Amino acid sequence: MSLASVPPEFPDPENPSATTGLVTTYDTEIVDPDQAVAAAAGALPAGKPRSTFRRGLEVFLENKLAVIGVAIFVFMLLFCFVGPLLYPTNQLRVNFANEFISPNAQHLLGTDASGFDVLGRLMVAGQISLEVGLAAAALATIMGVLWGAIAGYFGGVLDSAMMRLVDALLSIPVLFLAIVVVTLVTPTKTVLILVIALTSWLTTSRLVRGEALSLRTRDYVQAMKVMGGGSRRAVLRHIAPNAIGTIMVNATFQVADAIALIVALSYLGLGIRPPQQDWGGMLSDGIQYVNDNYWWLIFPAGLCIVLVISAPIFIGEGLRDAVEVRLQRR
Amino acid sequence: MTVFLLRRVFQSLIVILIVTVLTFALLRAIPGNPAIAILGPNSFRNPGAIRQFDQQYGFNLPWYSQYWLWLRHLLAGNLGFSWKLNQSVASLLGGHLPKTIFLVGISTILALVLAIPIGVIQAVRRNKFVDHFFNGFSTVFYAMPAFLLGILLILFFAIKIPIFPPEGPQGEGLGVLFTDFNALILPIISLTLITLALFSRYMRSSVLDNLTEDYVRTAKAKGASERRVLIRHVLRNSLIPIATLLGLSLPGIIAGALITESVFNYPGMGYLFYQAALNSDYPILLGITIVVAVATVVGSLLADIAYAVLDPRVRYVSQ
Repeated sequence: MSLASVPPEFPDPENPSATTGLVTTYDTEIVDPDQAVAAAAGALPAGKPRSTFRRGLEVFLENKLAVIGVAIFVFMLLFCFVGPLLYPTNQLRVNFANEFISPNAQHLLGTDASGFDVLGRLMVAGQISLEVGLAAAALATIMGVLWGAIAGYFGGVLDSAMMRLVDALLSIPVLFLAIVVVTLVTPTKTVLILVIALTSWLTTSRLVRGEALSLRTRDYVQAMKVMGGGSRRAVLRHIAPNAIGTIMVNATFQVADAIALIVALSYLGLGIRPPQQDWGGMLSDGIQYVNDNYWWLIFPAGLCIVLVISAPIFIGEGLRDAVEVRLQRR
Repeated sequence: MTVFLLRRVFQSLIVILIVTVLTFALLRAIPGNPAIAILGPNSFRNPGAIRQFDQQYGFNLPWYSQYWLWLRHLLAGNLGFSWKLNQSVASLLGGHLPKTIFLVGISTILALVLAIPIGVIQAVRRNKFVDHFFNGFSTVFYAMPAFLLGILLILFFAIKIPIFPPEGPQGEGLGVLFTDFNALILPIISLTLITLALFSRYMRSSVLDNLTEDYVRTAKAKGASERRVLIRHVLRNSLIPIATLLGLSLPGIIAGALITESVFNYPGMGYLFYQAALNSDYPILLGITIVVAVATVVGSLLADIAYAVLDPRVRYVSQ
C-alpha cells in the first residue's frame, strides 16, 4: 500500500479493495470537486485526477530537507552494500605493520589499530548498523501496529490490559532493558535485532491504538461489520492500512532510534562482537586514541552515525507534512 | 476531577505491579543457581549447604511464593543485596542516586529554560533562517552519540584548552558536587545539549499547533498586540503538553545520563548500573530498573495531574 493512504471518505480509485469492502467498483473519473478543479486548472492533464498519493508526494518533494534525507540514506545504502565491490579491502586479517597509517593514496582514510583500512571498514561496519537498524525498525513497527490496532479496535478491558503492559515497559529505559538482555545472551546480529525490536515497538503501539480508537467508529468499518466481516478483517484490512501515515512517520524515527541504540550498546562494549563491528564499535575504538590526533579514526565514523540517524528524521518530518495533506481533507 | 484522579492513580498502581512482575521474570530468567553463585563454584560438592542456603533465602519455594516474598521485601524498601559488592542495593543507591538526580535535575531545567524560547522563535519564524538553524542544531545533537559529544567536550575544553577537568567530581557524598562544581560543568553541558535537542523540537511543534487555534485569531481580532498574543495566549497553552513530555522523557534522560556518567566517570546511578552490567551483578541491575520505572510512572502520573489542572478540557474528555 502506498505512502499516503487513502482517506476513508475518498476510496483510492486505483485500489478500491484496500480501502473498503463496501464499494467494489470505482470509476476513475469520479473524484471530489476540488481535485477536478485542480486538474482542470491545468495542473495536470485533464481527466487524470491528482490522487492523494500524488499530492502527498508533491508536498514531500517540496520539503528540501526530506529530499536530502532520502539522498543521504540512499547514498549510505550504496556506500555500504555496493562500496565494497568497488573498493575491496582486507577486513579479516590483522596486520600490525600497517597500524595507524594516516590517510594517503592507498588508504584514503588511513588505517586503524589493527591495520584495517578505515574507509573499507566503514563500509562493512555500516552494513551491520543499517541491517540491524532497518530490520529492528521493521519488526518493531509490525509488532506495534498489531498490538495497537488490536487494543484500539476491541477497546474495553482488553485495551486496558494491553496498554498497561505497554506503560509498564515504557517506564523502563530501553537502554537499561537492552543492557540486561545483552548480559544474558551473547549479542549477535539476530539477537540485537530482536532485543531492539522487542524494546521499541511501544511508542508505535500507542500511536496506532489512538488511530484505531477513532477509526473503528467510522461508517465503513461499521458497514463491514454489519455485512458480517470479522474482527480480523477489520484490524488487518481497515484499521492498520488506514493508520499507515502515522505508522510510516513513526517507522522512520524507529530506524533512527534503533541505529542510535546499537551505537550506544557498542560504546558500552555490549554490542556486536569482533571480528564483526558496527559504526558505534569503530567510533568507540577510535576515541581511545583521541589524544593521538588520529582524527581519521573518529570523525569519519562519527559523521556516518550522525548522517545515518539524521536522514530518517528528515524523511520522517517530510512524510509527516505529506500525511497532513491527507489529514486536512478529512 | 476526583474520579479522574482516582482512576489515574489506580492505573499507575497496576503499571507498577506489572513492572515488578516483569522484573521478577527477568530475575528468574538469569541462568545459573544463586546458591552456587554465592557460595562459590566448589559448593556443588556440598549439597547440604546449598539446601540450607535455598531454605534460608526462600529459593526452595514455588515461584509465586518467591514473588510474593520478594514483593513484600520490596514494599519494605529492600531492593536486594549485591553479593559481589557485599552491600545492599538500597545503600548503594543512597550513595549514587542523589548524584544522578543532581545532574539530571540541573540539565533538565537548563534544557527546558533554553528550549522554550528556542521553540517559540522557531515556530514564529517558521521556515526562516533561525528555524533552519535550530532545526539543524537539534537534529545534529539528537543524532550525535552521547559519548561522542562527551569525548569531544573533553577533547576541546579539558585537553586542548584546559578550562575544566576531564572527569566529573569524584568522592563520596553530595558535598563534592559543590566544592568541585567546576568538574560538573562539562557533564551538565553534555546532558543539557542532548535533552535540549529533544525538548526544542516538541516546543516548536506545540507552539505551531497553537498558532493556528481559533483563540489566537480572536485575540488578534480584539486588538491584542502580537507580543501579548504570543506570551499570554500561545506560550501558556503550548507549555501544557510539555508537562506530559517531562514525565514521559524521564527514561530517555536517565539513559542519556548513563552514557554521560560513564564518559565522565561520574559515580551516579547510571555508572553504577553500567558497572553492574559488566560484572553481571543482577540484583543491582534489577533494583535500579525498579527505581527508574517507579519514578517514571509517578512522574507521568504527576504530569497528567498537572495537565488536568492546567487544561480543563482533559477532564471533560476523560469522564
